[in-house]
Amino acid sequence: MDRRDWVYGWLLVLPAMVFLGLFTHLPAIATIWNSFFSTPRGRRPKLFVGLENYQRLLDDPVFWKVMVNNLWFALGTIPLSIALALIMALSVQRAFAGRALVRMAYFTPTVLPLIAVANIWLFFYTPGFGLIDQITGLFGLGQSNLLGSPDTALFAVMAVTVWKEAGFFMIFYLAALQTIPPHLGEAAKIEGAPTGTVFWRITFPLLMPTTLFVSINAVINSFRMVDHIFVLTGGGPDNASSLLLFYIYETSFRFWDTAYGATLTVVMLALLGVLAIGQFLIFDKKVHYK
Amino acid sequence: MFAKAIKSAALSAAVAICGALPAQATDLQFYFPVAVGGGAAETIEALTKDYMAQNPDISIDAVYAGSYQDTIAKVITAARGGNAPQLSVALSVDMFTLIDEDLIVPFDDFIKTDEDRAWLASFYPAFMENSQTGGKTYGIPFQRSTPVLYWNKEAFAAAGLDPNTPPATWEEMVEMGKKLVKKDENGNVTQWGVRIPTSGFPYWLFQGLSTQNDVILANAEGNKTNFDDPKVVEALEYLVSLSTEHGVMEPGIVEWGATPKAFFEGQTAMMWTTTGNLTNVRKNAPFDFGVGMLPANKRRGAPTGGGNFYLFKGTSQEQLAAAVDFIKWITEPEQSAKWTMATGYVAPRPATWDTPTMQAYAADFPAVLVARDQLEYAVAELSTYENQRVTRIFNDALAAAITGQKDAASALAEAQAQADAILAAYR
Amino acid sequence: MSGFDKWLGHCAALLLALLWVLPLLFAIWTAIHPVAFEARFQLNAPLTTENFVKAWQAAPFARYFLNSFVLVTSILLAQFVLCTLAAYAFARFRFPGRDFLFVLVLMQLLVMPDILIVENYKMIRALGLVDTIAAIALPYVASGFGVFLIRQAFMTVPSELDDAARVEGAGVLQILWRVYVPLAKPIYLAYGLVSVSHHWNNFLWPLIVTNSEETRPVTVGLSIFASVDSGIEWAVINAATLMTSGPLLVAFLLFQRQFVQSFMRAGIK
Repeated sequence: MDRRDWVYGWLLVLPAMVFLGLFTHLPAIATIWNSFFSTPRGRRPKLFVGLENYQRLLDDPVFWKVMVNNLWFALGTIPLSIALALIMALSVQRAFAGRALVRMAYFTPTVLPLIAVANIWLFFYTPGFGLIDQITGLFGLGQSNLLGSPDTALFAVMAVTVWKEAGFFMIFYLAALQTIPPHLGEAAKIEGAPTGTVFWRITFPLLMPTTLFVSINAVINSFRMVDHIFVLTGGGPDNASSLLLFYIYETSFRFWDTAYGATLTVVMLALLGVLAIGQFLIFDKKVHYK
Repeated sequence: MFAKAIKSAALSAAVAICGALPAQATDLQFYFPVAVGGGAAETIEALTKDYMAQNPDISIDAVYAGSYQDTIAKVITAARGGNAPQLSVALSVDMFTLIDEDLIVPFDDFIKTDEDRAWLASFYPAFMENSQTGGKTYGIPFQRSTPVLYWNKEAFAAAGLDPNTPPATWEEMVEMGKKLVKKDENGNVTQWGVRIPTSGFPYWLFQGLSTQNDVILANAEGNKTNFDDPKVVEALEYLVSLSTEHGVMEPGIVEWGATPKAFFEGQTAMMWTTTGNLTNVRKNAPFDFGVGMLPANKRRGAPTGGGNFYLFKGTSQEQLAAAVDFIKWITEPEQSAKWTMATGYVAPRPATWDTPTMQAYAADFPAVLVARDQLEYAVAELSTYENQRVTRIFNDALAAAITGQKDAASALAEAQAQADAILAAYR
Repeated sequence: MSGFDKWLGHCAALLLALLWVLPLLFAIWTAIHPVAFEARFQLNAPLTTENFVKAWQAAPFARYFLNSFVLVTSILLAQFVLCTLAAYAFARFRFPGRDFLFVLVLMQLLVMPDILIVENYKMIRALGLVDTIAAIALPYVASGFGVFLIRQAFMTVPSELDDAARVEGAGVLQILWRVYVPLAKPIYLAYGLVSVSHHWNNFLWPLIVTNSEETRPVTVGLSIFASVDSGIEWAVINAATLMTSGPLLVAFLLFQRQFVQSFMRAGIK
């Protein structure tokens, strides 16, 4: 190890570390610290309460509800959006009339801000005159209230998420597919391999790095994307569509219970930490850029 | 090399377009939320400019701060960062929260002359209920509203009802509702009788029902709720029965934002919603409509709603005095009339209704008077310490009962227990 | 592949595309028709520009668009510079504390700056940057995700190339610029897209940390029409959305071949 390496190494990481420290680590440490205190209100200073906030969390039915919701949300959105993204990318790989338009269609979720799109989806879901009910009405079906009943609200929110995510991930698959030499597949086909085999044996393994990139994004987003919940359901009915980050938001910025908000954040960090570190290990070990 | 690192660190700072200017004695920052569409922001900005033209020594920076929720988040975040605005419009129900956070100052210090006292006494008492506590005034009513009943006269006529008579009681609302429900050949409902939105903040319209059932949801000190009162349970059972037993309202949670459209589209023959919708309905309803007071049960009743002006700590007395002067000016009848006509909010002082502008407006569109007349029966909007958390608990209980997960009595009993646990600290 | 399979594939593609473009179609429909036709899809509905006029008047969208553009490009540039330098150090230099620092970087992937709003506001205020575009950008310029991705890409660069450049007398930054950065182009593209998309959509933090027309992004303008008490005005909010997103959609439609090819040429794997 040479001394010049030390100096260069430190100088190179310094700018990034300064910003990370100021806007991530210091605030994060403050957050963890705050989770051991009571929430200060204007007239009452904060008091050290030890693990009381954590005890409260274990006893909080809403916390457990949002954890379960988030689990279903992740299980429901991650595999589906990745699979759809891949199907979409494969479908526009070959040239056909209208391909440019189809590609643009897939691209729309990336461009339309979620704050605006959520209102459009709200219209789709509206009972009676909403788009879904207008279509099902043609077949003589009655009104549905997807956002307004606890059994379906979470699924309705998940559908919007899949729409947003799959369109976005499609772009990465599209790019990755361009780089797979077509002769690989053709050679296999000449040897009589069926299309499915070509895909699973050749295309899919070659797309593995992209799949991992996309899946890290998907896992993080499954805890991060809550913007549309504000518009669509506000977490209701009775927390049926509330997710962990949404609950943190409410606790911190509506109830201004910063200490409990901090406690919830710590749980979220721990959870994401376990998930992400697991993925990094796979990413680091399995994927070799050549 | 090092220079390069410095440069990269400075890169993003270099994109700064302008920095915050240091505040002078009469520089005021004024946060306002927008809750009724695009026109409101323009009107506030125009009024602020008018004031500055008349008072060249005072400069007011009117800052759009998002929805009510966003505004309170922005105010508290800025205040915690030592950068509170001098004045802001925020929900009247956030008064206890802002007191608890020790962020606001009462207006009483600036009420010195008889004229000032007369000004303070000139607001409708119903609006002042949410603006005063402990003998002090913390809020000045500005963009205030109250829910009213809108009905489709054509649908009433088609159902064989008198198009000029809305339901006056709970029973009548159910009876008329049943006549108004229309179904297609498959038995699917194409027109509901009534629509009481229950998404987002169901407590507000529910408070109409509970008040009509002669019960108050929280005390004036904001530290005790009444959620499990039998009369509250009865009101909730009535709300639930509209969809379950009587079939006159769409089942499940009814979306607030889509409600006016549902009315225009003929999906419902009656709707309960804010007076803030008057202008919207007048412009977009493709049929003749009526506006009436909410129906009565044990008594007439409705909550008030909307936003008040607040004064924030951490500013000089001079700035605060200038802020109060601005608030006095903007609540004067002429300005207030402009604001009411642009937005549909209820003018908060009787004097405004006596101006020639407002009288001409009311003569042309008598529906605006309904809200004013209903104020006589109106009560304070539900507001307590830790307001948003307590109302959230109550909202969840209402949603659980409406979606049939719990019965009204047990949902409300649980909510009361949770609210008690929180509010005990404030007694 | 048989002709029938192909036909089936195309049908599926078109059906999916139709589903995906529905929100955009609805946005266009409501924006160009009078409010009364928001939920009535009749071919003979009259056309109008009223909604665009109304949206345009309600907020200074041209300025907001410029602000958003400045915001996303400056975040992106700053991220590229900071993350590249750090990634290079983590990939190719050995120095004490390296592994510890790398763990600190990875931690940022998990911490959402959105949750740290109050603390971050205090920091921005201490720096005297409230109500600047820099204030919106600063919490995001050092990105753990960016450092991680670029480091992965750099680690695959054969060290022979590095050594050869060094023998020729190239300095550390020259090697980085000439050898590493060109080879990692696809990663920059992919990461750039993630970053731009995220900051184009961001709403709450910009709203809280800015106060004036000169600094606010498009999403703040859009929010005037969203979440209103008097019911949703789809026609106007959609007109506003189209005004702000339309340029990007048209650009993608026109330049998508170049866009996809630049990924291809860069050879993302």
